[in-house]
Amino acid sequence: MKDLSGQPLIVLKGVTKIFGEGQAAVEALRGVDLRIDTGEFVAVMGPSGSGKSTCMNILGCLDTPTAGSFLFKGVDVGQLSRNSRALLRRHYQGFVFQGFNLLNRTSALENVELPLIYRGISAAQRKERALRALETVGLKGWERLTPGELSGGMQQRVAIARAIVTGPTVLLADEPTGNLDTARSREIMDLLTLLNRDSGITIIMVTHEPDMATYAKRIIHFLDGTVALDEKTGGKN
Amino acid sequence: MLGNSILLAFREIRRNVLRSFLTILGIVIGVAAVIIMVTIGGGATVQVSQQISNLGSNLLMVTPGKRLGPGQTSETVPFKMSDVDAITRDVSSIAAVAPVSSRSLQAVAGNSNWSTTVTGTENSYFKVTKRSIRSGRTFSESELRSGSAVCILGDTVRRKLFGNQDPLGEKIRLEKLSCKVIGLMEPKGQSTMGTDQDDLVVIPLRTLQRRVTGSTNIGLIQVSVRDGASTEKVQMEIGQLMRERRHLAPEEDDNFNVMDMKEITKMLTGTTQLLTALLSAVAAVSLLVGGIGIMNIMLVSVTERTHEIGIRLAIGALEREVLMQFLVEAVVLSSFGGLLGIVLALAGSVWLSGLLRVPFVFNAGIVMIAFLFSAAVGVIFGYFPALKAARLDPIVALRHE
Ligand SMILES: Nc1ncnc2c1ncn2[C@@H]1O[C@H](COP(=O)(O)OP(=O)(O)OP(=O)(O)O)[C@@H](O)[C@H]1O
Ligand SMILES: [Mg+2]
Repeated sequence: MKDLSGQPLIVLKGVTKIFGEGQAAVEALRGVDLRIDTGEFVAVMGPSGSGKSTCMNILGCLDTPTAGSFLFKGVDVGQLSRNSRALLRRHYQGFVFQGFNLLNRTSALENVELPLIYRGISAAQRKERALRALETVGLKGWERLTPGELSGGMQQRVAIARAIVTGPTVLLADEPTGNLDTARSREIMDLLTLLNRDSGITIIMVTHEPDMATYAKRIIHFLDGTVALDEKTGGKN
Repeated sequence: MLGNSILLAFREIRRNVLRSFLTILGIVIGVAAVIIMVTIGGGATVQVSQQISNLGSNLLMVTPGKRLGPGQTSETVPFKMSDVDAITRDVSSIAAVAPVSSRSLQAVAGNSNWSTTVTGTENSYFKVTKRSIRSGRTFSESELRSGSAVCILGDTVRRKLFGNQDPLGEKIRLEKLSCKVIGLMEPKGQSTMGTDQDDLVVIPLRTLQRRVTGSTNIGLIQVSVRDGASTEKVQMEIGQLMRERRHLAPEEDDNFNVMDMKEITKMLTGTTQLLTALLSAVAAVSLLVGGIGIMNIMLVSVTERTHEIGIRLAIGALEREVLMQFLVEAVVLSSFGGLLGIVLALAGSVWLSGLLRVPFVFNAGIVMIAFLFSAAVGVIFGYFPALKAARLDPIVALRHE
C-alpha cells in the first residue's frame, strides 16, 4: 500500500451504483461526487432507500461502483485486486454494519478479537485490547456472552467495539445508534467524538436522528441517490 | 498466518460441536467398517491355511461322485469296504486308510442330550486325522469285526453329556443304539469354517452300518501318505485303481474324486477369499456412504457459513486466509475421525477375531487406504465449496443468511 500523504482521504467522482438489470434495475446512487479529508466527523442523513448504505459499502471497499471512481488516499480502489482491497479494509478501516454482522455462537470477546487476529497481533495483546474496546462501549462483564445472549443494543455495541479495536484511520458506521436508547446513543456519540478529537480517527456515520447528527462537524444529505445538501456545522467538541 | 488459521479453525470446530461430531462420525464409521471387514477376512484366510497345514499335507480324501462343485449329484456310485481293502492292499507308500461314514444323531446320557455327528470308522481314523486318545482305549479287533456297541467321545460331547463326571464305562444312547463309552479323544478345537472338531462320537464302521444306516455304503475314504512319499504318485495310483475297479472306459470321466490338501486348501481359501471380497465390497460401500455423509455436511455447512465468510472478508481477511482456515478445519476433523476410526477398528478387530477365533492379521495397507480416502473426502468437500464462497464479493457473501 503506497502512502500518499497530502492526498485527501476519500474522493468519490461521479459514483453510480445500479442493482439488477433491465426492467428490474434500481439506480441506488446516481453520480455522487464527494471529498472527505482526514480528521473529519461526517454524518450522512437522508430518507430510507436514498442510497446511504450503498454509499457506505462502497467507501468500505465491500462493494464496487457501477461507474465512477473511488479514490482512497489517492489510490483508485477500483483498480485494486481483491487482496489489496482486503488489506485496505484490514489496516485502515473499521466498519459498523447496519445489521451488526457478528459471528453467531461466538463470544463478544472473540468477535472483537477477530480483526486483531487478521492483523497478526499477539494473543496477550489481542485480549487486552479487545477487553479495553468492550469496556469503552460499556460492555465490561459481558465479554463471555454470545450475540444470541445479548440484546440488540448490546450487539450493536459489540459491533462498534470490533470496528474501533484496531484503531482504524477511518470508522464507517451505518446507523451505529439505531438500536440504542437516547442515553446510550449519547454515550456512543461522546465516544465517537472522543475518538475523532483525541485519536484523529475520521468518522463517517449514517444516522436518521438529527440529534445525533449534531455531534458531527459536517452533515451530508442524500436524496434519491445523490448528495442533496452538504453542510458544515459546529459539532460538539 | 498458519497459526492464526489453526486458532480460527479450532474455534470453529468448538463453535459447531454437532456439525464437527457428525463429520467425524461419518469418517469413523467408514474407516472402521473397512478395516474391520478386511482384517477379519484376512484373518479367516490365514486361519484356513494354518489349519490345513495342521492337518498335514499328506492327507488324501477319496469321495464318490464327479468333481467337487455344482452338478455333482447325478449318478454317484458309493464306496464299499472292498474298495478300502483294495487301496490298502494295492497302493504303495500308504501310512493309513480310513473308511468314514457319518450321521447326525441325538446323543443322550441320563438327563442330558446333545445333537452331534456320529462317525463310523476304524482305528486308522485316529492316525489319519491326527487325533489321539486322552483316556480309555481305541476299538479292539473283535469290536470292529462284530460291530459292538462301543464309542469314543469327542471332548465337546463329553462335556455336554457328562460335565465333570468321568464317562468311561458309562452308557450313552444314539437314537435306538445304546453304547458303552470306552475312550475319550484329545480336544482339537475349532476348524477353519468355524465348526467344532470335537463335536463327534466315533463308533466302529460296522456298528454304524448295521445299527444306524442299515447300508454297507461308505461316504468317504481318507488316506494318509507315508512320510517322504509323493502324494501325487499315490493320488494317481488310487485314481488308476478306482477306475479299474469301476470298469471305466478310457473316454469316461472319473466318477469319484481323489483330492489332496492342496486342492482342498484352494477350495477353502477360495471360499474365504470370496467372502473377504464380499465383505470388502460391503465395507467399501459403507466408506462411500460415510464419504457422502461428510460431503453433505460440508456442503451444507459451507452454504450456512457463506455469511460467516462474508464477515471475515469484510473485516479484512484475505481469501487465502479464509481458505486456509477451512482447510485446517477439514484436515483436523478428517484426520481426527480417521484416527478414531482406526483405533476403533483395531480394537473391534481384536475383539471380533477373539470372538470368531480367527487370528488377528494387521493389514497396514487397508488402514492407510481407508484413512487417506476419508481424509481426502473431508478435505476436498471442506475446501472446494469454501473456495466458491471465499471468492464472492464480501457484500454478496454477507447477504446470505
Ligand atoms: N443488493 C441490492 N439489490 C437490489 N437493490 C438494492 C440492493 N441493495 C440496495 N438496493 C436498493 O438501493 C436503494 C438504496 O438502498 P440503501 O440500502 O442504500 O438505502 P439506505 O439509504 O441505506 O436506506 P435505510 O435508511 O433504510 O437503510 C434502495 O432502493 C434499495 O432497494
Ligand atoms: Mg441503510
